[in-house]
Amino acid sequence: MATTDTSFDPHDVTATIAGSPLVQQVDDFVAPDGVKQKRKSVWGIFREMPFLVKLGTLWLLFVLFAAIYAQLDAKVFNGSLPLADPNLQLNGFNPATGEFGDREPLESPSWAHPLGTDALARDTFSRAMHGAYVSVTVAIVSVVCGVVVGGLIGSLVGFVRGKTETVLMALIDVLLAFPALVLLLALISIFEVRDLFVISFVIGLLSIPAYTRVSRANSLAISNREFVLAAQAIGTKRWTILRREIIPNVMPTLLAYAMVAAAAVVVVEGSLSFLGLSVQLPQSSWGNMINQARRDIKINFGQILYPSMILTLTVLALNQVGDFFQRRSAFRGSSL
Amino acid sequence: MAKTIAFVLLRLIATLFAVTFLTFLMVALLPGDPVDTILGTGPRAPGIEEQIREDLNLDDPFIVRYFAWLGDAVTGDLGTSYVTDQPVSDTIQSRLPVTAQLAFMSIFIAVVVAIPVGVLGAYKQGKWPDTVTSAGVQVALSIPNFIFGIFLIWLFAVQLGWLPASNWSRLSDGLAANMKTAILPALSLALAQMALFSRLVRSDMMATLRENYILSARAKGLSDRYILFRHALRPSSLSLMTIVGISFGALLGGTVVIESLFAIPGLGFSLIAAINGRDILVIQGITVFIAAMFVIINTIVDLLYAVLDPRIRRK
Repeated sequence: MATTDTSFDPHDVTATIAGSPLVQQVDDFVAPDGVKQKRKSVWGIFREMPFLVKLGTLWLLFVLFAAIYAQLDAKVFNGSLPLADPNLQLNGFNPATGEFGDREPLESPSWAHPLGTDALARDTFSRAMHGAYVSVTVAIVSVVCGVVVGGLIGSLVGFVRGKTETVLMALIDVLLAFPALVLLLALISIFEVRDLFVISFVIGLLSIPAYTRVSRANSLAISNREFVLAAQAIGTKRWTILRREIIPNVMPTLLAYAMVAAAAVVVVEGSLSFLGLSVQLPQSSWGNMINQARRDIKINFGQILYPSMILTLTVLALNQVGDFFQRRSAFRGSSL
Repeated sequence: MAKTIAFVLLRLIATLFAVTFLTFLMVALLPGDPVDTILGTGPRAPGIEEQIREDLNLDDPFIVRYFAWLGDAVTGDLGTSYVTDQPVSDTIQSRLPVTAQLAFMSIFIAVVVAIPVGVLGAYKQGKWPDTVTSAGVQVALSIPNFIFGIFLIWLFAVQLGWLPASNWSRLSDGLAANMKTAILPALSLALAQMALFSRLVRSDMMATLRENYILSARAKGLSDRYILFRHALRPSSLSLMTIVGISFGALLGGTVVIESLFAIPGLGFSLIAAINGRDILVIQGITVFIAAMFVIINTIVDLLYAVLDPRIRRK
């Protein structure tokens, strides 16, 4: 395997995402040799999970549901679903009757408002649901960028080797050497980008080098396996080998890495929102909810606590589920 | 050895070129007249447009401008802010010590905590101390630093009232005053590093403890503590050093959020202030500076590694 070189190059074993302090060991995301195991159904994989990972998966599904619900509410039902974006009806203001609702600012949690209300008397629970949309979008867009572009480049150079690999990996090295959070801040601020999709895309672009490293390490390992040699021996075209042997085998570990990378990306977006450099108010995101509630830290810590907990739980769940799939792909390899 | 060093230095130069070029390109790509971007829409002093045009060589082609700017940057001249009238390099010079202190402190805290935690985890592998610390590491890795920072503020500033919630006392105001303002931000930055380092120490130690020389040390009847900290920890320190170096580089940029949270006048705080004031030259200057520092520190770590690791040294 490529990672057993005696010379230790710190850039060779690490892949950071968008300036996050989390330095991932690329080594962790290389599946060891072994035989393929039978494919399991989604339900079978779920049953295999330890209890906490199950909880994490359910939480992630809930966040995903919240994001879709929020979009449906905003785009299809124009804020008429229960738990509508409270910005559309500030304090329950009803334009038809001219009456205000009964919400008070900084209410404690109750049945009507499960997470209480914020300083502007907006229901925190529905704001958090709408904030989920921002985090989910950023995570999905960046993962798609990383897996498609980084996964393809990495699989290709890991298999083809030669000059292409040397040149491309040198380029990737240079890109990885950038402190991406600072670059991201500079990009977003100089061009005054506030559009969610553009921000997600830029974050995705910046995480491509890390994905490339991981998929290359996997591709290198797989290229030396018997089934690839066998395919080469019977004269299969290189492109076909890449498509049918390499990429399907790179994917499981790359997707496990993608979940962990998505966790880092959600934190990056949260930090940007917290600094007021992501989506614009009044659109809610978990980061800007925390930032807005910060002013009332002496009166009501709850309003800071709830979005913080939601953000942290999401990151924790992504990390745990990602780790589970990474261990699973490693386990699959070693279970001869 | 010489080959390794030459390669590393070559990569450093290439990366520095790329970093400076991209940062410069970013500003050059701004739509519209750069003078308008820099001055905004407010009233303008007479002659200032021509002065900016001349200062930034705006009438020259892009490549000429880049090399002129690079030449100035190498000699420490990053231009003068048109918002505050201060040279950008002065701003960096006065803000850098603050950020560097925070980075040093948090790395120090992280290493001091991480080594015993990691060693404990490896020593008690699979038993409850390992389970507890591993779970702690998992959680610590998932808490964003600004959230941990707010929690610390709430606990130590709001509830207990022991420490100030924000602001900064310089070291010249006395060590105690300085520490009072520095400890919370340093702790918030240290959490993730702590988790990362202890995970590394644990997995490194677990591999080392399976080596034969550990077995022979044990056979000689050396105490567990002596074996752990004298024999086993040493080979792990190289990879720890590498990751500490990388973290330090990352922290220079990563303090942005924490500096804004605690209102600490460091580099990141200046960067955010410049972003809010649309002070393009300061954004450009600080970005290039942090990026260059990051690249240079990583290179130094690489070189140190090459020098310290006997396997590489012998090549």
